[in-house]
Amino acid sequence: MEFVWLIFLPALAALFIPTLFRRVAGIHTGWFVLIIPVVLFVYYSTYVPLTASGEHAVSSFDWIPSLGISFVSYLDGLSLLFTLLITGIGALVVLYSIFYLDRHKEKLGNFYVYLLLFMTAMLGVVQSDNIISLYLFWELTSISSFLLIGYWYTRDGSRFGALKSMMITVGGGLMMLGGFVILGILGDTYSIRELISGLSDYSGDPLFTLAAVLLLFGAFTKSAQFPFYIWLPDAMEAPTPVSAYLHSATMVKAGLYLVARFTPIFAGSSVWIWLVSGIGLLTLMWGSFFAVKQTDLKGILAFSTVSQLGLIMSLLGAGAIAYHSDDTLFRLAMFAAIFHLVNHAVFKGSLFMIAGIVDHETGTRDIRKLGGLMSVMPISFTVAFIGGLSMAGIPPFGGFLSKELFLESMVALKHFELFNFDTWGILFPVIAWIASVFTFVYSFYFVFKTFTGEKKFDKLPLKPHEAPIGMLISPIILAVSVIALFFIPNVVGKWLVAPAVMAAQPQLYSMPSEAAVPVHAWHGITSVPMWLTVGVIVIGTLLFTSIKKWQPVYGLQPEKLSLNALYDGVMTFSEKGMNKLSRFYMNGLIRTYLLYMFSFFSVMTIVVLFAKGAFELDMNSLSPITLFAVLNSIVAILGTGMVIMSKNRISAIIALGAVGYSVALFFVLFKAPDLALTQLVIETISVALFLLAFRHLPALKTHGETKKNKVVNGIIAGGVGLSVTLVALSAHSNKLVASISQFYKDTVHTEAGGGNIVNVILVDYRGFDTLFEIAVLSIAGIAVLGMIRLRLSRKESDDEKE
Amino acid sequence: MNIFIWVCLIIIFLSMLGTLIRVFKGPSTPDRLIALDGIGVMLISIIALLSIVFDTIFFIDVILLIAIMSFIGTVSFSKFIEKGAIIDRDTRR
Repeated sequence: MEFVWLIFLPALAALFIPTLFRRVAGIHTGWFVLIIPVVLFVYYSTYVPLTASGEHAVSSFDWIPSLGISFVSYLDGLSLLFTLLITGIGALVVLYSIFYLDRHKEKLGNFYVYLLLFMTAMLGVVQSDNIISLYLFWELTSISSFLLIGYWYTRDGSRFGALKSMMITVGGGLMMLGGFVILGILGDTYSIRELISGLSDYSGDPLFTLAAVLLLFGAFTKSAQFPFYIWLPDAMEAPTPVSAYLHSATMVKAGLYLVARFTPIFAGSSVWIWLVSGIGLLTLMWGSFFAVKQTDLKGILAFSTVSQLGLIMSLLGAGAIAYHSDDTLFRLAMFAAIFHLVNHAVFKGSLFMIAGIVDHETGTRDIRKLGGLMSVMPISFTVAFIGGLSMAGIPPFGGFLSKELFLESMVALKHFELFNFDTWGILFPVIAWIASVFTFVYSFYFVFKTFTGEKKFDKLPLKPHEAPIGMLISPIILAVSVIALFFIPNVVGKWLVAPAVMAAQPQLYSMPSEAAVPVHAWHGITSVPMWLTVGVIVIGTLLFTSIKKWQPVYGLQPEKLSLNALYDGVMTFSEKGMNKLSRFYMNGLIRTYLLYMFSFFSVMTIVVLFAKGAFELDMNSLSPITLFAVLNSIVAILGTGMVIMSKNRISAIIALGAVGYSVALFFVLFKAPDLALTQLVIETISVALFLLAFRHLPALKTHGETKKNKVVNGIIAGGVGLSVTLVALSAHSNKLVASISQFYKDTVHTEAGGGNIVNVILVDYRGFDTLFEIAVLSIAGIAVLGMIRLRLSRKESDDEKE
Repeated sequence: MNIFIWVCLIIIFLSMLGTLIRVFKGPSTPDRLIALDGIGVMLISIIALLSIVFDTIFFIDVILLIAIMSFIGTVSFSKFIEKGAIIDRDTRR
């Protein structure tokens, strides 16, 4: 079977959800949805033995073969790991949402359609081998995430959060597309595997680094890295199942996936290593520091997600170092990254679900109002305790192992001797350790401020009690997995993590077993990470117990200097600035617009004419000037002058008539009787029309024109006249081909059987033009009739405005 | 002969310039209108003389047309000055 179609299974199922929601009202729609991730999880699980042996499976179908764009489902260790996370946690989240969302009050049809769309998008992102279809799915995750964050669209906060996340992630996605296109051009293929195998051909190209940076923009915005993390805390307005699924376990890891997937290509670049590890570390520190400031349960978890993603990102950066050194010390980092990624998905999912349960059962998520819930919600407390301690990195939970691996990799970094790591590398373990202390503090802050301490039940909106069992199933499963990860890390390492590491560093390993790092809970009394962890626990406990004393420090940071204020500032500035800019030049006066057009026209014409040396005056081609042509010109010029100078409209109309008649005389002078006839008639009619409309025309001087305006008008009019004259002169002097009029002269009688060349051209040689000029006249006539007859009365038009 | 026609042409042009000054200066609208009517007549004579110079009969139509147009134009202008409108509304409607 072509398993590439399975990517689209959730989206196809989404088609039936609205019908099911409406027709089958007795059963919660989520039960039907639950089937899909479970089936997919089971199906994809069968590929685990394949990838564990270092093999991969490919299935594809062409989408636009002529452009090399296809849907390719490429299952190796890395994509399979992500696929299992997406489908597995997806199933748990759907199960949780069945009990979380009320089937009578909520628009479940919408919810599950968005969720299934998101599932397809995520599967597509992690399985695509073609970067264009990868980008397609990438943006689909942004869009479905936008829809899910704005699920309660009647709330201002939801819409704001949805818009913010959309702006930032789509902005980054577009940058990433730029990086993809550069890569596609450099490597002459859109396939990631081919890009990796042809790497040596193009890695020296100057655009290569640009592609890396653009790609990282996409990864950093999606994975909420500094300074793009700001959308994630605002995305907490989404329903909790969404937060648990998208904003902790899957979507925010798309950026990490991207970095891991492209490590084989960019690992050679020092820019890549520094950016990924440096930004990751900064995000880790920043997120863990500010998590303690939060008072909203989901806010704490959002910042903790940011911080943990930074941790994984920095490990991925460190993992790229393994390409530059044979030291096995550095090979640890990639394993640690993937292992922590699994850990984080598991414990963060459970913590979000607990936050949702607390919200659901007490009516608030404000940690200042909560406390002492342990006795009424013992199961939730147990799950939160397990998840929280795993997040803090304390045995016997999964987080401890990956935290140890993380500290070990960071300590190893300073032994790396390229790219200034030997001088600056010492910063890495120091910052990582401080961040771990804060991680410890906020984990305890989250768990113990909510569940222990004094009971303040009378202040809560609802009377707290334990959640229904159905809502607890998913967090319990996840909590059990957290413990399982601690006790059987090497099984997970062998089957899931090691194949993923091999996929992320294919040049380094030939078998997944080489990539597997034996994970031990006990490193021996002399190991550095062990003592670092002890330090974290000691200092962290001290800080946590004295939290009331130092938490006010956060009040010192003024609101104006935060990144959110920067984002808001940029948004309002661009909106107001653009508004001002358009108001500045779009002032609604036709005069101004004509000024723009004419000055642009004359400046462009004159500049181009002289810049290209196109101006030329050939005196020899001019015919002799006759006396009455001069006299007639004087008449025409005087008439024109009078049109401009006249103080009232009627003299202007008369002068215009005079100009028209002198033009007719020119036609006579240059021997064009037909033109002269027509010109005379038309001139008379238009003068009569002017008079007809005279009463409705405004007085001449109502435009409020100042002297300054007149000077500007004069200059521009002069410029236009000058440019047209120059063009006419040089066009006349540059006649390249002979006129075809000789043909008409020769054939007007023999071919067309006529004597008047002008009329024969009009109706015979080029009759089409005449046809459409007739059409123009008819349209003008009908339009005039329409304007006069079909005018809505003033009253009616007022009604229309309403 | 030719010189005679040339002299005639120049004289008519000069008188056309003269009447144009009247169009230019006014002072009243009827002054301008009469001047314009005069220009029409002068155009007729110019074209007639030019037809002799060019030795062609094609411009005879133009002469007739100018005569008609100049008449219609002057009448409509006059009516406009008199009544403020050129075409009367059908009052019986």
